[in-house]
Amino acid sequence: MVQQQIFFPSIGYADDQQLTLSALGCMRGGRPVFAGLDLKLEAGQGLAIYGANGTGKTSLLRILAGLLMPQAGSLALTHGSVALQCHYLGHADGLKANLTVAETLQFTAAFFAAPTSSLQLDELGLAGREGQMVGDLSAGQKRRLMLARLILAPRQIWLLDEPLTALDTQGRALIDALARQHLSQGGMVIAASHEPLGFTDRSLDLSSPSDAGGA
Amino acid sequence: MMSIFIALCRQHVLLAWRSGHTTLIVSFLFIAVLLMPFGLGPELALLRKLAPGLLWVVLLMSLLLSLDRMFQADFEDGTMDQLVLLPISLEMVVLAKSLGHFIALFIPLLVAVPVAGLLLNIEAAALPALLASMLAGAPALTLLGAIGAALALSVRRSSMLTVLLVMPFYVPVLIFGASSTSRAISSGGQVDGASLAILALISLATLFMAPLAAAAALRVAIR
Repeated sequence: MVQQQIFFPSIGYADDQQLTLSALGCMRGGRPVFAGLDLKLEAGQGLAIYGANGTGKTSLLRILAGLLMPQAGSLALTHGSVALQCHYLGHADGLKANLTVAETLQFTAAFFAAPTSSLQLDELGLAGREGQMVGDLSAGQKRRLMLARLILAPRQIWLLDEPLTALDTQGRALIDALARQHLSQGGMVIAASHEPLGFTDRSLDLSSPSDAGGA
Repeated sequence: MMSIFIALCRQHVLLAWRSGHTTLIVSFLFIAVLLMPFGLGPELALLRKLAPGLLWVVLLMSLLLSLDRMFQADFEDGTMDQLVLLPISLEMVVLAKSLGHFIALFIPLLVAVPVAGLLLNIEAAALPALLASMLAGAPALTLLGAIGAALALSVRRSSMLTVLLVMPFYVPVLIFGASSTSRAISSGGQVDGASLAILALISLATLFMAPLAAAAALRVAIR
């Protein structure tokens, strides 16, 4: 287990931040994926999205991030826009094989206009790999490098698509610790998964939409 | 915001260089020019007469070959999703990547063109005029390419489609570029101001319009 440690300082997110989905519907390739989805999520709450393959977990996360247009319904955030206040960690890692680990971190920090100094590589379990090419990392190590984004740039809403993929026990504990700290500081985590997640207090099963918004 | 722009541009240059793309494109230009005398015969007068058109066409071919690098890799590895979430507009992302493309590929090509021109028996006095016309057309060529690359994104194996989309828009630049170059050669190195002005005009117009168009195409491709 990763011992309890502070990954990032407290940011002071808006306490009254609320994400509201009303009657959200999604179509992919002319087929309805889900419809009539209502949900309210407040600061400090974590939501796990479960559901069989093809029930729209990824589509829902992409709609939330603004990467996909909903076919019906709307989503609203009390303060600001989701796109500028969220991290979206999808299936595709967005990493460049021809950059070193250290360069990847520098560019990530620059893109999100964050200082680089706040991140220690051993927190991610990547100690001593600064000079290694990202293309030479294992799948799990790449997932760990992706997590650097969450630590480097504080953003209130985390949208995680299958966050446990390819990670070992320690990596899973790392995600768990990161998410718990983020939630305790007033962040929001919405994670799609096939496996039970420890850090979420609410869940939504897209296979049976009648549970939507259940506590 | 400026620092994000610079970082995007720097990353594009670094990746183009490190993946060997720059070397590949410059080699292509050299090989294409080297093959010309074998096809056309070794008559120096003929080569000199054809040189402006040949150099411009080969430059455009090299550029077209490089266009699928512009957004394709970002689109496939998920970087494009991240770029949308950055506190910088997609139009600025397009501009940053185009500038990166210009630095990483166009400038090395411009360095190679004079050497290739000597292989085609262009006299050294005409080279500044040749480079000036290419430089004036550069923003138009890069940014029109960006529109094509963005439009073709959602299609698999899209590099051929990019070429087909962009080619017609390259024609005006080619006409004015090649004519200004041939006039410079026939007049012994005098810069043809009118052609240069028209090239610069096309470049300015695309500088204004292309980021909007390419960003719109990127948004469609992501959704």
